[in-house]
Amino acid sequence: MNTGIETFKYDNRIVRAFAIATVFWGLIGFSAGLLAACQLFWPALNLNLPFTTFGRIRPLHTNAVIFAFVGNGMFTGIYYSLQRLCKARMFSDFLSWLNFWGWQAVIVAAALTLPLGFTTSKEYAELEWPIDIAIAVVWVAFTINLLGTILKRRERHMYVAIWFYIATAITVAVLHIVNSLELPVGALKSYSIYAGVQDALVQWWYGHNAVAFFLTTPYLGLMYYFLPKAANRPVFSYRLSIIHFWALIFIYIWAGPHHLLYTALPDWAQSLGMVFSLMLIAPSWGGMLNGLLTLRGAWDRVRQDPMLKFMVVAVTAYGMATLEGPTLAIKSVNSLSHYTDWTIAHVHTGALGWNGFLTFSMLYWLVPRLYNTRLWSVKLANTHFWIALLGMMFYVVPMYASGVTQGLMWKQFNQDGFLQYPNFLETVMQVVPMYRLRAVGGTLYILGALLMAYNLWRTARSGQFVPEQEAQAAPRVHAAAEHGPYRPHRWLEAKPVLFASLALLAILVGGLVEIIPMYLIKENVPTIASVKPYTPLELLGRDIYIREGCVACHSQMVRPFRSETERYGEYSKAGEYVFDHPFLWGSKRTGPDLHRVGGKYPDAWHYNHMDDPRSTSPGSIMPRYPWLLTRTLDTASLPARIRALRKLGVPYPPGYENGPAQKDLEQQAQRIVLSLQTGMVNTQTNREIIALIAYLQRLGKDIQAAAPAPGPAPAPTASAPTAQAAAKP
Amino acid sequence: MIKAVLEHIGGVGVYGVVSVCLFFAVFLGVLLRVARMKRAHAESMAALPLNDGETDPPQIVTSHERTVERNS
Repeated sequence: MNTGIETFKYDNRIVRAFAIATVFWGLIGFSAGLLAACQLFWPALNLNLPFTTFGRIRPLHTNAVIFAFVGNGMFTGIYYSLQRLCKARMFSDFLSWLNFWGWQAVIVAAALTLPLGFTTSKEYAELEWPIDIAIAVVWVAFTINLLGTILKRRERHMYVAIWFYIATAITVAVLHIVNSLELPVGALKSYSIYAGVQDALVQWWYGHNAVAFFLTTPYLGLMYYFLPKAANRPVFSYRLSIIHFWALIFIYIWAGPHHLLYTALPDWAQSLGMVFSLMLIAPSWGGMLNGLLTLRGAWDRVRQDPMLKFMVVAVTAYGMATLEGPTLAIKSVNSLSHYTDWTIAHVHTGALGWNGFLTFSMLYWLVPRLYNTRLWSVKLANTHFWIALLGMMFYVVPMYASGVTQGLMWKQFNQDGFLQYPNFLETVMQVVPMYRLRAVGGTLYILGALLMAYNLWRTARSGQFVPEQEAQAAPRVHAAAEHGPYRPHRWLEAKPVLFASLALLAILVGGLVEIIPMYLIKENVPTIASVKPYTPLELLGRDIYIREGCVACHSQMVRPFRSETERYGEYSKAGEYVFDHPFLWGSKRTGPDLHRVGGKYPDAWHYNHMDDPRSTSPGSIMPRYPWLLTRTLDTASLPARIRALRKLGVPYPPGYENGPAQKDLEQQAQRIVLSLQTGMVNTQTNREIIALIAYLQRLGKDIQAAAPAPGPAPAPTASAPTAQAAAKP
Repeated sequence: MIKAVLEHIGGVGVYGVVSVCLFFAVFLGVLLRVARMKRAHAESMAALPLNDGETDPPQIVTSHERTVERNS
């Protein structure tokens, strides 16, 4: 047995590259967020351009912050800590750089395609199919590099941080692949293979666990590494960290349905999501306490060390967000908070506090070490801390006030039993001052990040970069020889592949139990005979609705509350969405719900409203969409779209796309143009606005039709297909 | 075949109960394992990040603030 000491080198170049990318994309992502925030009280900032409207900037912001800022931050910390915890260089330098450049290429592709309107509309999974494939390739490269490094490690056991990294790699791969299953209909357009309720469940199983396994588990791994390093003392309880890990990854995967409470999702799935969300408090707080208690006896250093200050606030924000999350998952609380700015406040406690502060803490600790020097200015870092903390407060407090205000106003009845605020716009104008305050918070936060960028740059200039750090360690003794008799978790800690398999099993159980019954059991989605596929014109209008990101501000889900049925009409049923690829339920009501907007206003109202929302709704904060009035509708791709949807189970009759569809489209467009003329609007049939009006006027009307209607009122003429006839894919 | 069977199973309400039971079984298993863990092993594992051969950068006087302090 060879026990001689081996000399090797840690790769610091890849760590530096990811650190620079973290700061760069962080500033871009924060700035996009600030622009979006300002657009909500200053609509002129939408610039009347398609590329800069809120509906496109908002996903740009969320993707930039999640995948560019936190993603690069996660890789920075993992590539640094993994090598040192394994006492080994990364498995493959090629894979490291493939991971780096591939990830940056994905980010650039996102930054180009999202403003251009190429989007799937599914939150945090907006990127279209070619980019989805690229993400999968890069993620596989990262996972191989991660597991390869662990397999060739010199350290016998895998420290708790590494478990979190493994769970992240495995779970994100599963989530991304399952949620991104879509049928391409062009170079940058696809339809989700799931429809309606199923699509909603898969999306929020993904969306919730993107928070869990992209924003949380890797950062918990970083906490378990960088906090003990900074405090120079071991983690408070290693045993607690084991419980934290297994309980967290097992429970997290079940909690997705809490994003769909009181929607058309079957009640059993909602209850399951709520119960598991409540149970999440235990492991989350176990982890938070483990982090904070690691500082026992070192609290005096927190006063001086900005790195520790950032870390303490990060861990505290994690605790706050993970107490609030389960609270919001209680159905009665959710009935008030859902669709309001309360959710925005909640996610920003996590994003600004947990992810942001932990990243800043890590960078302040890491960069001086990469450059073998001291931080250029501790004072400046402390200034950053206070500005960022103030910025976070200015962000979240107004958003809580706004969220509660919205929730209460939407539900308020007067003494005669009518809605107190029947005009949705009243509730918007009430919270606009909060939006202004929020922008102040965002500005402060960005200012702090700029100070950090300057400080780190000066730190780098004052030192000498260490590209390859030499280290020594004894080669790993075979686990069996070391352990002798079988010891459960100790044995597991030496078996990374088995460990990864068990972690995979833990996350698959939750996914399978929730998703498979939803997909296969027919009773979960009661069909409605009068629900028919969209007409060709409505289909193209729906795709414009998706392109413009309308779903960012408008839900299509009337919940079964009297306050909602009074305001919008009949509550939404699962069977109404069976042809919706993808679903467009939304998660936020900056504007009113649109599921029953069909027939509510004349066509001319929609035309004028899209041209300038303030012409029909004075005080509205909605962007203008003047290009819809002039752009020619793309009908060339219609056959491909119909064919794709037919493959997914939408019952368009065979051959419908070769002629009849175009004829139906022209006839419906002509009807709308004539209707517009009665409203003093003259336009042509081939304008995009016509398709959008057709779609909006169709929304929610099917259930008003007589159940066995044989003729397609606005549905395809050749078929009169019904929801009952629709075979599930 | 599997789809045909699953399409007709009833009582989906039982999934919630099964799920919670499953979780508690896993949770108890982890608790048991943790309880049986040797203290020395737990302590050595907790100390892993601190024994990775890293040393703090030399406290040389190159910092902006230290320079300022010396000049004042």
